[in-house]
Amino acid sequence: MMDCKQASQLVSQGLDTKLSIRDRFALKFHLFLCKYCSRFSQQLKSLNVAFSKMGKSIEDDNNITLPTETKNRIAQSLESEV
Amino acid sequence: MTTKNSSKDNAKKHAHDWLNEHGDYLYRFALARLRDPHQAEDVVQETFMAAIKSDNFAAQSSPRTWLTGILKHKIIDLMRKGNRETNASDLMSDQDANMDEFFDKTGHWAEEIKDWNMPESALEQQQFFKVLQNCLDKIPSKLATLFMMRDVQEADNKEICKELDISSTNAWVMLYRARMGIRKCLEINWIGH
Repeated sequence: MMDCKQASQLVSQGLDTKLSIRDRFALKFHLFLCKYCSRFSQQLKSLNVAFSKMGKSIEDDNNITLPTETKNRIAQSLESEV
Repeated sequence: MTTKNSSKDNAKKHAHDWLNEHGDYLYRFALARLRDPHQAEDVVQETFMAAIKSDNFAAQSSPRTWLTGILKHKIIDLMRKGNRETNASDLMSDQDANMDEFFDKTGHWAEEIKDWNMPESALEQQQFFKVLQNCLDKIPSKLATLFMMRDVQEADNKEICKELDISSTNAWVMLYRARMGIRKCLEINWIGH
């Protein structure tokens, strides 16, 4: 049976790629029995959600605008291109 | 007059409108990923300059989608460049995920893994993002880059590995280390607050 160290690696890897059937079953079995590892698995999922939420919160924040000087600078560069 | 030229003229004609209509959005998109205002401004400028020079402007596609596509590439280029400039010490321990501080000799967790309460109110969320950003800043830059690229690229890991010139096994090890570092940092600075 895999230990927590191995299980935690598979939990992380499973977020980035599809695990082999054997790994998936072994991990599922470990998580079923191990409270800490299943919490860890939950934490990593929360972390992923938090990161995309953090990005979204910036993306959707209409108070954040391209600074006027930069806008003017870009407009000027575009002008000299035309 | 060729089609190529007219599409180029078209792009130029619309460039200023695009700047006004989509400039803020593109800036926020870049800022959300680079987390650095100056870098974000620069990539937005590069995006518009590339757009106006491009022959690929297709009138039928949405300008915002098209510009965002260019911007994505500019962001990845920048991350990749930053990654080259990181020092060798970051790279040296890529192979071994030295996680001894987290596990005991039998491979069990060295410390209790607690149940996390994630922030719920908007205010709490904003504070949490600050802590999260700090934690991201604390982990080695190559790990952070990989983590952010994964986010930008929407998990196209093969592409990321190619860009960063690492094997996918290495990428998993590195992402694992990044997550372990961020997790630990959050546990100290947020969960136990």
